[in-house]
Amino acid sequence: MTYKTTIEQTVFRFDDLKTLLAKATPERSGDQLAGLAAEGPVERLAAQMALADLPLTAFLGEELIPAEDDEVSRLIIDQHDPAAFSLISTLTVGELREWLLRPETTQRQLEAVTWGLTPEMVAAVSKIMRLQDMITVSAKRQVVTRFRNTIGLSGRLSTRNQPNHPTDDSRGIIASAIDGLLMGSGDAVIGVNPATDSTEDYIRIVSLLDELREKLAIPTQTCCLGHVTTAIEAIERRAPVDLVFQSVAGSEKANRGFGVDLALLREAHGAGRSLKRGLPGASIMYFETGQGAALSSDAHFGVDQQTMEARAYAVAREFDPLLVNTVVGFIGPEYLFNGKQIIRAGIEDHFCGKLLGLPMGVDVCYTNHADADQEDMDTLLTLLCAANVNFVITVPGADDIMLNYQSLSHHDAIYCRETLKRPPAPEFEAWLAEIGLTDRDGRLRGMPAALSHYVQDSLLIGA
Amino acid sequence: MGRMIDARKATQIAPSEDEPVLDLRAMTNARVALGRHGSGQPTRAQLSFQLDHARAREAVWRSVDTQALGERLNRAGLSVIKVESQAADRSIYVRRPDLGRLLTPQSVDRLHKAAADSTYDIVIVVADGLSSSAVDLNAIPLIEALVPKLHSLGLAIAPVVLANQARVALGDPVGEALGVRLTILMVGERPGLSASDSLGVYLTYDPKSGTPDSGRNCISNIREGGMTISEAADLITSLIRDMIQTRVSGVALKAAVGKHLDSQG
Repeated sequence: MTYKTTIEQTVFRFDDLKTLLAKATPERSGDQLAGLAAEGPVERLAAQMALADLPLTAFLGEELIPAEDDEVSRLIIDQHDPAAFSLISTLTVGELREWLLRPETTQRQLEAVTWGLTPEMVAAVSKIMRLQDMITVSAKRQVVTRFRNTIGLSGRLSTRNQPNHPTDDSRGIIASAIDGLLMGSGDAVIGVNPATDSTEDYIRIVSLLDELREKLAIPTQTCCLGHVTTAIEAIERRAPVDLVFQSVAGSEKANRGFGVDLALLREAHGAGRSLKRGLPGASIMYFETGQGAALSSDAHFGVDQQTMEARAYAVAREFDPLLVNTVVGFIGPEYLFNGKQIIRAGIEDHFCGKLLGLPMGVDVCYTNHADADQEDMDTLLTLLCAANVNFVITVPGADDIMLNYQSLSHHDAIYCRETLKRPPAPEFEAWLAEIGLTDRDGRLRGMPAALSHYVQDSLLIGA
Repeated sequence: MGRMIDARKATQIAPSEDEPVLDLRAMTNARVALGRHGSGQPTRAQLSFQLDHARAREAVWRSVDTQALGERLNRAGLSVIKVESQAADRSIYVRRPDLGRLLTPQSVDRLHKAAADSTYDIVIVVADGLSSSAVDLNAIPLIEALVPKLHSLGLAIAPVVLANQARVALGDPVGEALGVRLTILMVGERPGLSASDSLGVYLTYDPKSGTPDSGRNCISNIREGGMTISEAADLITSLIRDMIQTRVSGVALKAAVGKHLDSQG
C-alpha cells in the first residue's frame, strides 16, 4: 500500500509501511548506512505527518517482514491480543500519542493495552514523540519483577554491578564487585561478561559470584553473561545459575546470528526455572538488545533499526524476563553517531520496552569512536531517572577494561540516590543499612568489617 | 603508556574519606577504590579519566603518518605501496564501514601494476583502522619480526601495502589485485580508555572480495602489556604454516589441521 502527504502542493509518497516508518525516524547514522533514512528534515516531517494519520489497524494488515519467512513475525502475530487492542483499536498513531499523554491514562490503562500493542505500533508512536513525551509516558508505566528482591518500583533505581575483567581473573572480578557494593551498586544483578566462552570458566564465575552473595547474604542475583548453550551445560552440571542471559534481536535471521532461535530460548528458560533458586514465581531471564544489531548481521529486511529493536522486545517478552537491557551506545557511530542520537535511542528503547511490558534497563554507554562523552551520559542518566528506568549498569570509574567502552561509574549510582532521590530495591536498601554501608538516612558510610573480612579471608574460587 | 597520569596513584596520595583502604587496586587494573566526595570522583581521578578519553579520541581521529611509516619500512629494506579506501575522510569512515572495505580505482591500478612485474605468495597490509597509535607504535616492530619468518617458509612477500581509512575486509581486494594466496592485515583496534594502542591481525587464505569474517583468523590485543610482538609473530607464523598446508583459514582451520594430521599419521 502507498502512503502520501501533501505539504504546500508538494506530494510526498511512501511506497509501503516499512518505508514510511524508516523515513519518519528521527535522524540516525544506522538508517543512513542502510540507505533507508529520509533525505532531509522536510521529507522526514512529511513521513511523520502521514504516520500520525495512520490508523493502528494498518499495522495488523501489512507485514514488515513476511511471517512465512520469519518466526519473530509469527510470534508478534501470536502475541497480539484483540481484546486488549479493542481499547485503542479506533485510534490513529497520532491519537495514540495523545491518549498516552493524558493524565487519565494511568498505569492501569497502560497495563491493560500491553498485549494489544505490537512492537511496530509502539515504534511508530515513538517516532512522533519528543523526549519529554516519552519520559512522561514511561514514568507512568511501572513494570515490577522479582528474583530475590523487587525491581522496578516507582521512584526507585536498581543497578547492575558489572565487575568485568580482561582475563576473567577471580580476584579481579571480586575486587570490582566489592568496589561496586561499597558504593551501593548491584541490586539488579551482579553480572560478569566473560572474556572466554568455555563452560569451565562460566561455572567458575557463577560459583565465585554465588559465594560472594551467599557469604554476605546480599538480597540480589548473579549472572555470567555467556551464551545460553553454555548456561544450559552449566545447569546440567549443577552450577549455581541464578539468571540465564542471552542477546536477542528483531528477526529470526538476526537471532540466528546470535546462535539462538525461539526453541533454544524456550529450552534455556525451562532449564533455568528448573533450578528454583529465586522466590516462588521468580523471573529468571536476562536479555540484552540494541539498535543496529539486526543491520550489523544484514538481517533487517529494509526495516529501520528502531523498529527492529522494538521487534526484539517481542522475543524478550515471550520469556517473562527479570531484566531487559538496551546496550544503547555500545554498537558504535555507524549506528548511533553522537551523544544526541545515543540519548534519543536510550529514551526510545526504554519507552517502547515499558509499553510492551518489559522491565527495561539501559546501559548508558559509548565507545571511543563515537562523538560522545561522559556529559552525554550524565544527561541520559538524568532523563532516564525521570522516566523511571528500572536499572542502569555501573562499572569502576566508568571504564570497562574488558569490553573497552565507557559505561556509568558506581559514583553515578550515588548521584541518582542522593541527588535524584532514587533508592535501590527495598530489600537491598535494607541490607545496605544492616551491613553498615549506609546510615539511618540512607547515605553511604565507610567500609563495613564484613566486606573487608570477606576479601581478606576468602580463598576465592579459582584464584 | 608510561607517560600517563595514573588515576590510582593520584588518588592514593589523598584518600577522600575515612574509609579503611582495602587493597582492591592490587587485585585488578580496573579503576577501583578511586575515593569519592559525595557522588563525585576526586578531581585528579576525574581529570585523569578525561585525559585517557582525550588520548583515545586522538588515536581514532589522528591519521597514521604513512610518509614516516613508508620511510621506516624502506630503511628496513621493504618497499611499500599506498592505497586508499573509498571512505574519503575519518568522518565518512566511522559512519560508512561499507566504503572502508572498498579500494579506489587508482589504488587497484597501483596494485595491478605491482603484480604485473612479479609473482607473490603473501602480502602484509597495514590498515589504520580505529587507532593510529596502535599502527604507529606496533606495526613496524611486528613486520620486522615477521618478515624473516615468512622468508624461512619460502614465501615470496609483496611490497607492504599501507591502507588509509581501511576496514579489515579491505585486505580482500588488496590480496585479489596482487594475486596472492594469503593476506596478513594489521589494523588499529577500537581504543579503550586503558589501552588505546592495541593492534589486531587478521589472516585470510585465498582472499577474495566478499570473504565472510568467519573465513579469517584473528589475533588481537598486540601491544605493550598485552600480547608481545614476538609471541604474535610466532603465532602468526604457525597459523600461516597451517593455512598453506590445509588451504583453509577461519573457523574451519582447526578441523582442517586435525584432518591433515590424521592423513599424515
